[in-house]
Amino acid sequence: MGHILIDSVCKEYPNRRRKPRPGSPGTGKYMVPVLDHITLEFGEGEMVCILGPSGCGKSTLLRIVAGFEPPTAGRVIIDNKRVERPSSDSIFVFQNNGLLPWMTVWENVELGLRHLEDREAKNERIAEQIEIVELEGFEQHYPHQLSGGMRRRAELARALAVNPNIMIMDEPFSGLDFLTHMKMREEVVNMHRFTRKTTLVVTHDIDDALIMGDRIVVLDDRPAKVKLDHKLDFPRPRDFEKLPELSELRKQIFLMQGVLYAV
Amino acid sequence: MDTAELKTASRYEPRPLACPWIAFAVLLLLWELLSRFSGLSPQVFPGPIPVLVSMGKLAASGILLRHTVASLFRITVGFYLAVLLGLPLGIILGRNRIFNTMFNPVIQFLKPISPIAWIPLAMLWFGIGDKPAIFLIFLSSFFPLVVSTTIAVSSINPVFFQVAANFNFTRREVLSKIIIPAITPATITAFRISLSIAWLVVVAAEMIAVRSGLGYLILDSRNALRMDYVMAGMIVIGIIGLLLDLLMRRMGQLASTSWYGSGN
Ligand SMILES: Nc1ncnc2c1ncn2[C@@H]1O[C@H](COP(=O)(O)OP(=O)(O)OP(=O)(O)O)[C@@H](O)[C@H]1O
Ligand SMILES: [Mg+2]
Repeated sequence: MGHILIDSVCKEYPNRRRKPRPGSPGTGKYMVPVLDHITLEFGEGEMVCILGPSGCGKSTLLRIVAGFEPPTAGRVIIDNKRVERPSSDSIFVFQNNGLLPWMTVWENVELGLRHLEDREAKNERIAEQIEIVELEGFEQHYPHQLSGGMRRRAELARALAVNPNIMIMDEPFSGLDFLTHMKMREEVVNMHRFTRKTTLVVTHDIDDALIMGDRIVVLDDRPAKVKLDHKLDFPRPRDFEKLPELSELRKQIFLMQGVLYAV
Repeated sequence: MDTAELKTASRYEPRPLACPWIAFAVLLLLWELLSRFSGLSPQVFPGPIPVLVSMGKLAASGILLRHTVASLFRITVGFYLAVLLGLPLGIILGRNRIFNTMFNPVIQFLKPISPIAWIPLAMLWFGIGDKPAIFLIFLSSFFPLVVSTTIAVSSINPVFFQVAANFNFTRREVLSKIIIPAITPATITAFRISLSIAWLVVVAAEMIAVRSGLGYLILDSRNALRMDYVMAGMIVIGIIGLLLDLLMRRMGQLASTSWYGSGN
């Protein structure tokens, strides 16, 4: 469970400009291509980190995999079934806070378990998830009463409570301070190690991707194509100093993104 | 938003309880002075003391209570009808882009027509009595409620609907767990505003279409040349308007203190 096939996915958005751009294949409506024939296959339990310049279409790709938006062309197939709508088999962790602000931490975590008949079992599971992300004592807090890091952890707990096959995370560390970022990264890596869920993580931090990923995918600028797709067969915990190969890859990716790593 | 800011700002400032009373005292004094030195006869411009005495008489005879109850009854029925029909319509328009583009222009066109302008038609259609007054109150609240609900619903963060879809919410759950909580703060503000408009309209409607209510009391007293009763009626209208607003504010505080601070 959790096998993902992204088959030649394209996405175009309508252009707000009135005039057609020269060379755009105009059919009356002028479209901006965002994703250009993306083909990727992720195995069960893989942790995939997706990198790419800002605005290249990473979030768009994740939204299509989650079923929030249809692709313009191509298809996404999860466990031999074409994705046509969102489902609780693949839970999306949002780039900006996706907790419902009018519900407490407890109620938010309960969302994915609300159909459980057995009240006691349900409460036990909610409490367990909250404990995993170390938010005991904050069950009755509303999202705005939590710090940014705590909110991310609460959302992680809400996602894990559903026990989905796939976790889709859009920049789970953005906006966190350095230490919280590191802790949260550890949390996600541990979560993956224990649950072995297929996990897609979009990040703009190359180090995050190299430390966490079983696999790293780099997208090109708009329209996004797959620029690099690399397996990372390195032991964990990973240390750049002890893994010269990893350092070399890091340098390469920096260069690829137009940054001279030597500065 | 600005009311919320005001609320938090005033929490940190000392607010002597006496201040509003001082202002009322100044108002009474000014009234007394004006009535005394305006050169108008006390029949035309009575001072505060005779007016309060007349108000006491009206209250004692039960007339004041009867008219007040009549007005409150109409505003309650008209306002509830407006809420009952306006909220669902606003939610539908806020969620459905096709309906919105279809009906929004019509609503925007009808909204600025003052309910007072409907009085002739209301009387022709519903005759004399509670019905035309209720109809006018309904009109005065209905359009503002529809418009503000539509705006509130269409400005809900789309991420929340994606969360709902991701967790397989049913339509009913989307309504009860996303839409209603999300629009509650804005809706209560809209209630407050449209209720105060409705209270303005009820008095005007009663001056023409009915034989009871505070508006009728004022009109009837004018015909009898009893300006003290006219003023007594005005004072009661002011007090009840104040109480209605206070009630809505309390309701807003009850319903939204828990998560309103999030700024969503
Ligand atoms: N609903 C939409 N309508 C029109 N254009 C859109 C829409 N969503 C995204 N786009 C455009 O598609 C492009 C890719 O957006 P996307 O959010 O996927 O980028 P991203 O890689 O996630 O960027 P970031 O790193 O800043 O989050 C952007 O140029 C954006 O303007
Ligand atoms: Mg993004």
